[in-house]
Amino acid sequence: MEETVQHFKKRSPKRKQERFGKTISLVATIFIVSIVFSILFFVASRGLRTFTEHGVSAIDFFAGTAWRPGEVSDAGEPLVGAFPMIAGSFLVTIFSALLATPFALGAAIFMTEISPKTGKKYLQPVIELLVGIPSVVYGFIGLTVIVPFIRQIFGGTGFGVLAATLVLFVMILPTTTSMAVDTLNAVPRYYREASFAMGATRWQTIYKVVLRAASPGLLTAVIFGMARAFGEALAVQMVIGNAALVPDSLTTPASTLTSILTMNMGNTVLGTLENDVLWSLATILLFMSLFFNILTRWIGKKGAMK
Amino acid sequence: MNDVKNTHPVYTIKDFNLWYGETQALKNISLEIPEKQVTAIIGPSGCGKSTFIKTLNRMVELIPSVKMEGSIHYKNEDIFKPNAKVESLRTEVGMVFQKPNPFPKSIYDNIAYGPRIHGIKDKKTLDEVVEKSLKGAALWEEVKDRLNENAFGLSGGQQQRLCIARAMAVEPEVILMDEPTSALDPLSTAKVEELIHELKNDYSIIIVTHNMQQAARISDKTAFFLNGEVIEFDATEKMYSNPHDKRTDDYISGKFG
Ligand SMILES: Nc1ncnc2c1ncn2[C@@H]1O[C@H](COP(=O)(O)OP(=O)(O)OP(=O)(O)O)[C@@H](O)[C@H]1O
Ligand SMILES: [Mg+2]
Repeated sequence: MEETVQHFKKRSPKRKQERFGKTISLVATIFIVSIVFSILFFVASRGLRTFTEHGVSAIDFFAGTAWRPGEVSDAGEPLVGAFPMIAGSFLVTIFSALLATPFALGAAIFMTEISPKTGKKYLQPVIELLVGIPSVVYGFIGLTVIVPFIRQIFGGTGFGVLAATLVLFVMILPTTTSMAVDTLNAVPRYYREASFAMGATRWQTIYKVVLRAASPGLLTAVIFGMARAFGEALAVQMVIGNAALVPDSLTTPASTLTSILTMNMGNTVLGTLENDVLWSLATILLFMSLFFNILTRWIGKKGAMK
Repeated sequence: MNDVKNTHPVYTIKDFNLWYGETQALKNISLEIPEKQVTAIIGPSGCGKSTFIKTLNRMVELIPSVKMEGSIHYKNEDIFKPNAKVESLRTEVGMVFQKPNPFPKSIYDNIAYGPRIHGIKDKKTLDEVVEKSLKGAALWEEVKDRLNENAFGLSGGQQQRLCIARAMAVEPEVILMDEPTSALDPLSTAKVEELIHELKNDYSIIIVTHNMQQAARISDKTAFFLNGEVIEFDATEKMYSNPHDKRTDDYISGKFG
């Protein structure tokens, strides 16, 4: 008996295969994790040089409103206030999410609850197509359609937070919608049946049962959209105007962390303050996306416990 | 098991046919279902039992391919009449499903769901309805101290009684049950059966069951379905002791099914 057990333990080809598979996935995991950590380390260590090497105070960086790297103030401090970009990033993210959420929810409800047939046949392919369009195309359309349109209505140049918000709205709408659709589809059919069987109307069922049951997933969908908006560079850069000013209106040129990064990253010399502050901006971006990530995970966990 | 009284029918079904796409699931059904009694629907798997009771509260229409023909009257009202509202039919005809299906809400909110969608907002009224329904479903003693806990924390049998209580909270006249005990252990099954026995004083109950002993224990009348047809419909006692049709006899004595 003992012998046979030993025999199977040693020679079974299945066991060998399993060991092989385990080794491969372990190596891959270690590889991925080390890449992630090296990126984090690399970006953060460069970003921190702004404060350690160049002696910029954190307050001046996060709250300062003058962004003219390379120049110094009358007091001799470098002008690297990142607040205009931080504000710009948060504004376009929040506005586009506020705008996109009701549309995404409405479309998702239509596609899952009201008319699944039309949804599957026409809307689903359209949304999948929209998800796949490269952001430069969205930016280009924004530049040729939205910016002149805003210029006509509100005057000014047309570049600014409003233009960026509208472009981002169109960009995150399909992402948020398709995630919301998946979430609503995952709500078990028997919840709906139980509700209908008690004489609830369709709207009561959607509102009181389906949306409630799906709320963690829907929140995740919105946050995913926000993460995408926060990280989008090219399309925003094309329509926001790229003036490093705290936006005092929605239709004057402004900037975001990403737009300043893409504008300037080719024009600075490694090791200078001008270059290192860009890494600081990148560090903020990185930690924000980490934050969005953790947030969705946390919501997922909370939702699962219910 | 009681003697079958001559009460008004709660449902009158005439020449009713139903198709899922091309396949016919119900064929020429004509039945009169008595009020304030327990009517059992028995028959082998796939014979149309679920389809039949889902027709009675028009839930079957949620399936897009369904086509129907014939008439069903609920208390002299044609349920398919063009201006009939499914919501009001379903308010009067509650349903309990095969698998316990509480909402992912608290015990209290599960019971209060029905009254709330029908416009009751007053906290005191809701409290009363919740207590009454839970008592009616013989669950009150077990859950009265944890009404605000999630319903998923209950055992399967408790969840099923919760679903019965939830159905009762809208004060229906009829309760449809589709194999309500098939997912439950024997002890929980006994409790639900006991409950059904008590409920028939106030409700007309139509229950689908796979379990012939169960039908014999709890029902007054039994309908035997086979391949979408009603083969026999009679007082339970009579049907079990002296079935008319050979096929009924075969099924009851376990020769197929
Ligand atoms: N949604 C549907 N679409 C197509 N056919 C269906 C659908 N639901 C049921 N049917 C068919 O209709 C017939 C009756 O099904 P039904 O579910 O009413 O049987 P049942 O008597 O309840 O069976 P069981 O005892 O297994 O629950 C079966 O042949 C089944 O395949
Ligand atoms: Mg069935």
